[in-house]
Amino acid sequence: MNNLNNMITIILISIGVIFNILGCIGLLRLPDAYNRLQAATKCVTLGCCSILLAVVFHFGISDAGAKAVIAIPILFFSSTVAAHALIRGTYHFGVKLSDRSVKDDYNDAIK
Amino acid sequence: MSEYINILLYIQIGLSGLCLYRIIRGPTIPDRMIGIDIFGILVVGICAIISIQTERSFILDIGIAWIILSFIGTLTLAKYLSGKKLNE
Repeated sequence: MNNLNNMITIILISIGVIFNILGCIGLLRLPDAYNRLQAATKCVTLGCCSILLAVVFHFGISDAGAKAVIAIPILFFSSTVAAHALIRGTYHFGVKLSDRSVKDDYNDAIK
Repeated sequence: MSEYINILLYIQIGLSGLCLYRIIRGPTIPDRMIGIDIFGILVVGICAIISIQTERSFILDIGIAWIILSFIGTLTLAKYLSGKKLNE
């Protein structure tokens, strides 16, 4: 039982770290601010939720497990709302889209 | 088990170093703010892995507080970027 629990913990942390690696590569390599935030926020949020789920599996029903269960929805909702507000502010600040973008629907919507 | 989690912890710390590259180098101001936001989320993952390794639970408290402070900070920066006052 203990061995199985350790294996689930390691697998969940590995999934989370892989998601984080992909998100950070997107943060470094993509051309403009919108693409960077779109790649990084989703991947990193999901990866850190997976790591916190590993904490739940590792500690079971105890104080640390309860803290991790509380932390998962806080992280999920706060990071997505913050990303939405941040990208809205970026658009109003006047950052140009990259040359390779093909469509700008938000510009038509706010007119 | 412990060695493997050690390696994953070092990878996670290295990823937050990559975020620091984006914060320092970013061509525009919003790029730096995106880097700060992502850095705040990654620190929560670091706190969770350390709490597994040391079997202590108070490190998760640091993570939860960091999430909430990063949320408030990012909202304030977004308000500043869109050019509005903070009470609008």
